[in-house]
Amino acid sequence: MRFLKSTGQLALVLGLAGFGLAACDNDDTFVRVTPPTPPPAMASFDVTVTNLTNAQPLSPVAVIAHQDGYSVFTIGQAATIGLETLAEGGDNSMLISEADADVSAIASASGAAPIGPAGSETVTVEVLESELPDLRLSVSTMLVNTNDAISGLNGVDVSGLAEGDTWEGHTIVYDAGTEANNEAAGTIPGPADGGEGFNAARDDRDDRVVMHIGVITQDDGLASSVLSGQHRFDNPAVMVRIERTD
Amino acid sequence: MKQLPSAMFLVASLFSAQTASAVDFNVRIINLSSGIHYTPFLVAAHPAGTSVFTVGMPASANLQAMAEGGDISGLVTDLDGLAATIAENPAGGLLAPAADTNVNLNTDGTSNELLTIVAMLLPTNDAFAGLNAVPIPTDPGTYVYEVPAYDAGTEANDELVTGGGAPGAAGIPADPGGLAGLGGTGAATADANPNVHIHRGSLGDLDPAGGTSDLDSSVHRWLNPVIRVVVTVR
Repeated sequence: MRFLKSTGQLALVLGLAGFGLAACDNDDTFVRVTPPTPPPAMASFDVTVTNLTNAQPLSPVAVIAHQDGYSVFTIGQAATIGLETLAEGGDNSMLISEADADVSAIASASGAAPIGPAGSETVTVEVLESELPDLRLSVSTMLVNTNDAISGLNGVDVSGLAEGDTWEGHTIVYDAGTEANNEAAGTIPGPADGGEGFNAARDDRDDRVVMHIGVITQDDGLASSVLSGQHRFDNPAVMVRIERTD
Repeated sequence: MKQLPSAMFLVASLFSAQTASAVDFNVRIINLSSGIHYTPFLVAAHPAGTSVFTVGMPASANLQAMAEGGDISGLVTDLDGLAATIAENPAGGLLAPAADTNVNLNTDGTSNELLTIVAMLLPTNDAFAGLNAVPIPTDPGTYVYEVPAYDAGTEANDELVTGGGAPGAAGIPADPGGLAGLGGTGAATADANPNVHIHRGSLGDLDPAGGTSDLDSSVHRWLNPVIRVVVTVR
């Protein structure tokens, strides 16, 4: 009942609620005509993600609408397996399922495709207007020419955005802490390598999310790196614009 | 409002002036880095028009002592002279990578409107995180600041872990994480910019027993921001 991801599901839920109400009204001897249920008031957010890097495509973004209590990650704590799956291989599906199963989550959406350098994509997420108080948005994506670098937003408060209002911010790059940053051939899923994505082994120095220190690359002394100086990045790596359109 | 007796108006303005300066707030400091420790933090609320450093200007001797060796005592003396509201060393020692600490401050009855937070990054020669004289919000709520690393401009970034922490002594006092190497020949001579500026980051190398730097480029580098500060006004 919490995860209203399509208007079809939404209509079903409201229909059942209407039926329950009528059934309780058993003292009334007159036959009543149930007025048509008005369409639920929705709030819609266009989340536009722009890649600011030189040569780090972003994996399809995950956009999660939620209330206080859900977080994609916490600095200093181990990544969930869903975040590890995103951070190592760019697959956001398990992160989105984890969010959908969280009591504080409201709605989720995925980008359609990777976002190349200089590219951008707009992903729309809808919630009920009644869910606006305390509403937060999180966005997560992998920098695919890395071992396990991610970027995004963690719980931006959008409860105060009126229709037509926008919020704009820049995001920094975190290290999921689930895979060693060895930059070695066969370990990086992006086009720089075409290597392995998710691997359940956690072999980074510390199994916890922290800031990323950047890639070293073969051009800066790491001879075994498949990355070149082109793949270096700095903060911010991503620009996010959130517009409440409805 | 025009009809109000002047005495009423006076009471009203006194009340608003008092509430504007009476701020009870919590400061949380999160070390975002994977391989950097912080020396004891200095957290201070101080009057408008004052600061412990100015970007683009030379560091004071007391700022230099903090940035090169983690010694905040001189800055505390400076701030005591301004009747600042001060919290020293909230973490009770070093703040480890990915760790956090917090402290309550109350500026009631003072004119301390600005917030400054400084601490040295280890292992570096003279890098420090600095939240520099930001206005303390007065409306209840949560406010997040992402803070960069500055170079005090007072010491060459030779990246050699020699134990040198006193002002003017070359080298890095220590690597609390124990991941630095030794035997480096020196990564750099004196800073081209001798004033407080955004730190260019550590170079490091991948040779634990030689090379130019004692630091490890896969451990001791960072990208800004280096700490996150969360101010919660009650």
